[in-house]
Amino acid sequence: MMETINIILEGLPTLLKGMGVTIEVTVISLILAMFIGLVLGVFSITKSKILRTIATAFVDIIRGTPLLVQILFIYFGLPSVLDINLTAFSAGVIAITVNAAAYLVEIFRAGINSIDDGQMEAGRTIGFSYSQTMRLIILPQAIRRMIPAFVNQFIVSIKDTSLLSAIGLAELTLAGQSIYAVNFRAFEILFAVGVLYFVIIYSLSLFSRWLERRLDVA
Amino acid sequence: MKMIEVNNLKKSFGKLEVLKDINMDVNSQEVVCVIGPSGSGKSTLLRCINLLEEPTGGDIFIEGDNLTAPKTNINELRQRLGMVFQQFNLFPHMTVMENVILGPKRLKGKSQSEAKEIGTQLLDKVGLVDKTDVYPDKLSGGQKQRVAMARALAMEPHIMLFDEPTSALDPEMVGEVLQVMKDLAEEGMTMTIVTHEMGFAKEVADRVIFMDEGFIVEQGTPDELFNNPQNERTQAFLSKVL
Ligand SMILES: Nc1ncnc2c1ncn2[C@@H]1O[C@H](COP(=O)(O)OP(=O)(O)O)[C@@H](O)[C@H]1O
Ligand SMILES: [Mg+2]
Repeated sequence: MMETINIILEGLPTLLKGMGVTIEVTVISLILAMFIGLVLGVFSITKSKILRTIATAFVDIIRGTPLLVQILFIYFGLPSVLDINLTAFSAGVIAITVNAAAYLVEIFRAGINSIDDGQMEAGRTIGFSYSQTMRLIILPQAIRRMIPAFVNQFIVSIKDTSLLSAIGLAELTLAGQSIYAVNFRAFEILFAVGVLYFVIIYSLSLFSRWLERRLDVA
Repeated sequence: MKMIEVNNLKKSFGKLEVLKDINMDVNSQEVVCVIGPSGSGKSTLLRCINLLEEPTGGDIFIEGDNLTAPKTNINELRQRLGMVFQQFNLFPHMTVMENVILGPKRLKGKSQSEAKEIGTQLLDKVGLVDKTDVYPDKLSGGQKQRVAMARALAMEPHIMLFDEPTSALDPEMVGEVLQVMKDLAEEGMTMTIVTHEMGFAKEVADRVIFMDEGFIVEQGTPDELFNNPQNERTQAFLSKVL
């Protein structure tokens, strides 16, 4: 028992550093993904056929291919044809962003659609433009309803970052691998890795429950 | 100048022709009630007048401004046209006061305190000052509709449009809503009201329009239309509802 604890304690600084990278990639990606998801989500419900096609094509392509392939494609595939040099970190952020965005588009679209048409009409008849009505009336209501779905996607994205170990990003999973590759204590180290993921994800769940309760006014 | 002028208005949804050559005017301070069977196109007519529906043909002028002309700023024009819906359509995430002052604050550049002053005045007018900080889901149907009227009036519209404002209400709440509309009519508001309340139309309307199957079949003073209808479709409709 003491030995197990010692092994974990020895690995902990490396694991915590990996956990920091995991959180960093996730937070940056999700902020970007929320923005892209909102824009494309609004595209997907406009009257413009071009905008709707852009949104649908993006969603279909990203959802129709495995994330690991997307990660490898962005890190190894793109630089081999384009004249760019991506770090594992930026490639990881791009992959997780794009992937999360595709699912968030659907969440935004469904959330906005769930608001009664009468709300848009009421806003427009007061004299608000389409975008003002969206911003002041539709989105504040829709986003409240979307919180559980957002959190669900955030959790999926946190877990997805472990795939970034495949391109050598020293996030939590790879940090664990690098330790047991040396000390051969896979059981203890992977157990610790699991606990740390759980801590991140469980804190997020608690936060979202608190947020839902706070916003539960109307 | 006419407040509303509708010329040869046509509206189709796909193959379904809902409005077939509608011509009507509304004068300043005039109260016009539109009656007719369900599905005759009354809501569609009202919704075309503030461009919630795009007309398929014809022209609509609001205070002389062509509604569908490319240079018309529809958002500015709609500020002059208050609209009250059957289903109230209050903003559920805002308090009663916030519902009423959103427009004045965001579109008329009123400060919070100016807007609140307007809001309090209007809520007083509709008898709901005590509900200022309540959310809509705590209100009865009649109260919701009165808030919806205060919200529309807060934009200081020149014309008010009502689409069956009492049809979703329990019978005991109809009176309080009609009373507010009567008060408005007495103050000289120009109003176009789609309604099933024949008693109200008789009492308050300057003119009654009877619509059926996408046409204006007959119109006249309440006395002419209700007591001496000329068209047999009007007669048949009235014999059912009166
Ligand atoms: N958005 C729409 N799409 C298709 N059909 C519609 C739409 N709105 C109304 N209609 C049809 O138009 C006809 C007239 O409707 P409406 O104007 O609501 O009548 P009223 O208000 O007199 O009851 C009905 O047959 C209705 O089904
Ligand atoms: Mg109707």
